Amino acid sequence: MNALASSPSSDRRSPAEITLIAATYAIVGLMLVLPPVLVFTEALRSGLAAALASITDPDALSAIRLTLEMTAAAVIINTSFGVLAAWLLAKYRFPGRGVLVALIEIPISVSPVVAGLVWLLLFGTQGWWGEALNRIGVTIAFATPGILLATLFVTFPFVTRTLLPLMEQQGRDAEEAATLLGASFWRILWGVTLPEARWALLSGVLLTTARAMGEFGAVSVVSGHIPGLTETMPLHIETLYNGYQSVAAFSMAALLAIMAMATVGMRSLFEARMRREEPRKAETAGGGA
Amino acid sequence: MSVLIENLARHVAGGKLVLDDVSLHVPDGAFVALVGPSGAGKTTLLRAIAGLDPASSGHVEIDGRAMEGLPPRERNVGFVFQNYALFRHLTVARNISFGLDVRPRTSRPSRAEIDAKVAELLALIQLPDLGDAYPQRLSGGQRQRVALARALATGPRLLLLDEPFGALDPMVRRAVRTWLRDLHDQLGLTTILVTHDQEEALDVADRLVVMQDGRIVQDADGETLDATPATPFVMEFLGETLRFPGVVSDGLFIPADAHVSPFSTNAAEGATEALIRPHEVTLRADAAGGAAKRVGRRGPLERLAVSLGERSVEIERPVEAPPSGPVALEIAQARLFQNGKPAVEGNHPWSDASAVLADVVPEPV
Repeated sequence: MNALASSPSSDRRSPAEITLIAATYAIVGLMLVLPPVLVFTEALRSGLAAALASITDPDALSAIRLTLEMTAAAVIINTSFGVLAAWLLAKYRFPGRGVLVALIEIPISVSPVVAGLVWLLLFGTQGWWGEALNRIGVTIAFATPGILLATLFVTFPFVTRTLLPLMEQQGRDAEEAATLLGASFWRILWGVTLPEARWALLSGVLLTTARAMGEFGAVSVVSGHIPGLTETMPLHIETLYNGYQSVAAFSMAALLAIMAMATVGMRSLFEARMRREEPRKAETAGGGA
Repeated sequence: MSVLIENLARHVAGGKLVLDDVSLHVPDGAFVALVGPSGAGKTTLLRAIAGLDPASSGHVEIDGRAMEGLPPRERNVGFVFQNYALFRHLTVARNISFGLDVRPRTSRPSRAEIDAKVAELLALIQLPDLGDAYPQRLSGGQRQRVALARALATGPRLLLLDEPFGALDPMVRRAVRTWLRDLHDQLGLTTILVTHDQEEALDVADRLVVMQDGRIVQDADGETLDATPATPFVMEFLGETLRFPGVVSDGLFIPADAHVSPFSTNAAEGATEALIRPHEVTLRADAAGGAAKRVGRRGPLERLAVSLGERSVEIERPVEAPPSGPVALEIAQARLFQNGKPAVEGNHPWSDASAVLADVVPEPV
């Protein structure tokens, strides 16, 4: 009884507590809830039909398709590399490991615009390799390969970052047990390592998806903003907005927001699953550690 | 399945020797415990046998077959990890059948055969109804048994256990220990167990291999270890030990402490240390002796603190009337060490124990 009465979740709260909670709600409402609400309101200002019409415009459709393609490619490539990197970093100790872990974080801390500029510097027509590549018919800057590179760079850390702590915590025991039971390398990867980390992996994949769909800065620099060709959804929104096509801009923004929110929603669902499994896991390992 | 280890060494990064010239023979059907403090190399040795940690040099043979170059997955040894390492995403039944499920199609038993094997193992570990449960739902003792069943599913004849009782509470520990020993006998296994708990080892194993700093210090059954420990460390590791420094002179061990009677010995002259268990003494009334008082009691035994002038020691004896006055200590049996080595000829780890223990005859003073 005493413990209950003194817990912070009791009915009687101090004025300070009430103020803090109210302030939190106010800030979250202002910063996080209001913007999407405004986006949807603006999108539907001329009615649903106008919003839908603006989304089915050929340039808009091209932007949507390009975004989906780039996202799919980035997710597939970065998931494969992310799993590999996390596995390597978690299970092995080798010289330079710490440097690698730090390097993986670079895309999170570096401004995407800088990343975009680097790709331009390398692959632009004035760039180091741009001309040589152009001569053999490969165009990277102001074309889809450049957009993919920019997206890959920006979303590179997410799978690794979500997997690494979990894999480190899990250690090698389960894999070693599988080895001793006669399982091959691939069997262990598919049958033990990845399933054991599946919620973290899904979470990382979804984070990559959300980030890839919304990436603006790096893509903006390398893509060249060619409507119908190299414009992804975020770039197209900017173009529309700058052209005073506010309904079209907000309709596209609303669609992007829905896609992102669906991704984030799925992710929190999986994270909840993960957390529900993890405490028990910690208990299993706790006795031995 | 016998295990033969010859001159095994393992260095880790930094050049540290975690296994230092280890040789060990475990005959078919034996139950051997590797004991020693943390960092002694017990788990490293076990992992080297399984092939999980490569050795720097030396030779490992299982059942007469050299293990060099044979990957762990082809050794078919049952291994139980300290934290069980169950697959959390698989049911108990699929955990147990894992070793069969991963076999190539040509050598994999049929689904029905695998299911029958799982049912048989579930019955063996006395958890017949838990096949569909996930490991998270099981208690520590249950997980431990599932880990064992999983290790046994592929029919290994050699079982390696790394601190298998470490995470269990004391009540469950005792039960699982007995059950494990029965299982070993029933299935005709060869078992090597790693533990830092010497009592557990004495309880369950035929033979104890005492390790320290990557080396095997002594390899013998419990009785021999107690009677003729190879070093003071072995003696102390196996139980409470009282150490009496002194010298041997003219065939007598003369303790440095006051109120301890000398006794005759055939050890060489010089600085010597006598090591005894707390119950290996008798008290003799002695007006010039030290005070003795009861400090504890457990069952039929009592503990007395006896003052030896500079220090006091705690001895153990059957409960009787407290001493009426000052007492002197008479050592009933002792292991003598000089420079950390057994001092008495024949007091050698591999010699007959009885001959050595008999050498102490209290000298009338």
